[in-house]
Amino acid sequence: MFSKFDKTQIGNSTAIKSSVQRAIRQKLLDQFEGLRVNDGALLEQIWPKKESISLIKCHNQLQLLSFNGFPLFFQSHDDPYVPTLRLLHLYPHLLPPVTVDRGAIRFLIAGANVMSPGLTSKGGQLPPPEKSYPANTIVSIFAEGKVHPVAIGICKTSTEEIKKVNKGIGIDLLHFVGDGLYKFERI
Amino acid sequence: MTDLASPSTSQAPQPVHVFYCGICQFPVEYCEFSNSFKRCKQWLEDEHPDVYADLYSADALKEKMGSLSLEAEQKLEQDVAKNEARAEKKALKEIEQKKSSKITIIREERTKRKVTTHIQNLDAFNVDLKPAAKLLAQKFATGSSVTKNPQGKDEIVVQGDVTDEVEDMLHARQKVLSTLPEKVKVVKEDKKKKKNTEEDQQQQE
Repeated sequence: MFSKFDKTQIGNSTAIKSSVQRAIRQKLLDQFEGLRVNDGALLEQIWPKKESISLIKCHNQLQLLSFNGFPLFFQSHDDPYVPTLRLLHLYPHLLPPVTVDRGAIRFLIAGANVMSPGLTSKGGQLPPPEKSYPANTIVSIFAEGKVHPVAIGICKTSTEEIKKVNKGIGIDLLHFVGDGLYKFERI
Repeated sequence: MTDLASPSTSQAPQPVHVFYCGICQFPVEYCEFSNSFKRCKQWLEDEHPDVYADLYSADALKEKMGSLSLEAEQKLEQDVAKNEARAEKKALKEIEQKKSSKITIIREERTKRKVTTHIQNLDAFNVDLKPAAKLLAQKFATGSSVTKNPQGKDEIVVQGDVTDEVEDMLHARQKVLSTLPEKVKVVKEDKKKKKNTEEDQQQQE
């Protein structure tokens, strides 16, 4: 999504109405379990209630929520919000994790989707059957032997299905280390 | 629920400290996959020897192999090196291109006595076009805007014939123009009005 993202695709940044902000806050809380802990203490920490947030519209119906110039979440069309990698690096528990093996890392950094064998091989990790993620779950992709997540993706099918089929694309990549959005530490 | 603001924030999970590389901006553990691995390594060794020792000691290297076979690991290293060489070449080429690139100022006739001045290729020198256009508008008290030309590149269009003044400004390198190199090559062109009706209509739009 962001492999060819650059300055020219960024549109205007606008302050958003407080009522809309409230709606967005609620949406974020509904969507991320990690944000709900302690009455939304984490949300309060990354985006204090009193402060306003700005919305940056980009090409292809892409919207970024940025707080003091730090991009926090992005959203394409009306899809769920996705945290940026830099935010995920700070709070890795925002998204459910999967792990890919070492061989897959370089492809991810080049922007490729995650192939199922990279998840099911020895170095990879998927959740156990009783905790399997349904299709369209947004996951943080960790890498074998590394501490920080390398990318964010969306499951094409449920994780059980990925294990069973073990072929082809398992997770569509949304945002990865070194892509266009990642390069904007601040906007 | 009573006072959410300050005390509760301490209950929120603490942010993880991530150590980013100063060269490639990746977290340092991912430097080995970046296009500037050699430089990243050098940077880390110079700036943060403790982290460097942690990450690139013999033990750590052995451990990171993980489940990957020796062969695959070697291939990976080769690929990274190849990519790196390619990226370096590209960077060199870009620098060269930048050195040789020049700014074009075009004086274009619009109607009989009306003229516009087009300034092209400013973005090659990292000039922010919008503020630059504003600066010009202020200086000459005329309309000045950023538009896309037919080639799909952004250029600044100033109303009126300000070719010489713009050239002086480019050499003076003030404000937003400060990113320009000291002696920019400036090419001036004069475009006479074409007698093509279609083109006229386009221009008037």
